[in-house]
Amino acid sequence: MPDYDIIVVGGGPAGAMAAHAAASKGARVMILEKDRDIGYPVRCGEAVSDAGLKQFVEPNPAWVAATINKVRMRSPSNIAVDFASPGSGYVLHRRIFDYALANMAAQAGAEIQTRAYVDELIIEHDQVVGVSYQYMGERKKLTAKIVIAADGVESRIGRMAGLRTSIKLKDMESAYQATVGNIDIDQEMIDFYIGDNWAPGGYLWVFPKGDRMANIGLGVIGTKSKDYNSHDLIQNFLKEHYPSATMLTGVAGGVPIAKTLKKIISNGIMLTGDAARMVNPVSGGGIISGMHGGKLAGEVAAAAIETGDISEKGLSDYPKLWHKAGGKNHERLHRISETIYSINDEALDRIAKKLARKSEKELSLLKIFLAVAQEKPMILLDVTRAFAGF
Amino acid sequence: MILVKDNRCDFCGTCVAVCPVDAIELREADISIIHDKCIDCDICIWVCPIDVLTTDEIKEEPHA
Repeated sequence: MPDYDIIVVGGGPAGAMAAHAAASKGARVMILEKDRDIGYPVRCGEAVSDAGLKQFVEPNPAWVAATINKVRMRSPSNIAVDFASPGSGYVLHRRIFDYALANMAAQAGAEIQTRAYVDELIIEHDQVVGVSYQYMGERKKLTAKIVIAADGVESRIGRMAGLRTSIKLKDMESAYQATVGNIDIDQEMIDFYIGDNWAPGGYLWVFPKGDRMANIGLGVIGTKSKDYNSHDLIQNFLKEHYPSATMLTGVAGGVPIAKTLKKIISNGIMLTGDAARMVNPVSGGGIISGMHGGKLAGEVAAAAIETGDISEKGLSDYPKLWHKAGGKNHERLHRISETIYSINDEALDRIAKKLARKSEKELSLLKIFLAVAQEKPMILLDVTRAFAGF
Repeated sequence: MILVKDNRCDFCGTCVAVCPVDAIELREADISIIHDKCIDCDICIWVCPIDVLTTDEIKEEPHA
């Protein structure tokens, strides 16, 4: 008998949701987290939509740093387009949020081991049967019926299982994120700076974190990252726009904006979250999509253990459900993202000038998209398809 | 040859994800290049958000 039914590699939102879903159905689950802490370091903008979050958990003041009521988008020459968006989302304290999700998994019966660095998959007769890992200088092994890899952007487990290849530069945002204190911003507004002037091939964000704090970061598209250093771009931005702000945290990170991997399962193994490339390619948001993917993976894994078929075929509901729940849209979002991030600074300014004449109340995301479509008509087709789901 | 600048890495894994030949080992706070596998494509150098990776030549220059 294997040590566990399911081993989850990685204790972020995707891993915790997978563990929670599987343990809730009675599976014996172990989460192996490589870092000392669940939820740290935070490599994230920390914003989620209200609708997305509520699919999985109710917002909790313990980890909601700010509620979003307003959105501002700025063009390359800093023309601001504002629109009201009451209660549309939250900026989280990921450090606490990730803890809460892991605790939820633990309360459903999952065990958690931190500082467990998985560096080998145990494969027998083409079936994944466990992992080998390092813990406090010792080599350990655990066997399991299914391994769920939620090991983040690096996706090393997926590589070991032969499921993933390297990400292309055009599908990777080279990012830097800072949590800053002593900053005067509208604590109900998320603020986006779009265009090469701010963040070549990506965007810069200023998100409120409550108590005169903010999460500020940016991503530069990999194909342009040769000439830019995200850390320096953030430093310069802060100096120029928020000279009083001081950095409380600064971390580098990569955001995969690729399409979801063609294959996210094999015999005894499932990939989820960033590791499966589930990040929304337009927004770069990966919390909700990771939670979604993790939950589906955990549920399908628990069901497969019950039926006893842990082969690729036995796990095949997982990619089907992901596809049905939005995976197909994910590919369209990827095309939309390529269009949006290819709009040049002059065109972005033209769009912003048109929109800035309208009042906050007149504007909506739809109107913004329509203005974008005047510059890039192809986007209309992709967006329509994405929302219509065909 | 690609090298890692001392005391600069943030261990974020961006380079690991783009490496076409899986030549970068990354643990909690430990990074190393597997030179036998590395093909010197320099993609990791470009994508690094904080310019931690470098080639021999520029390593000798003092960092601005």
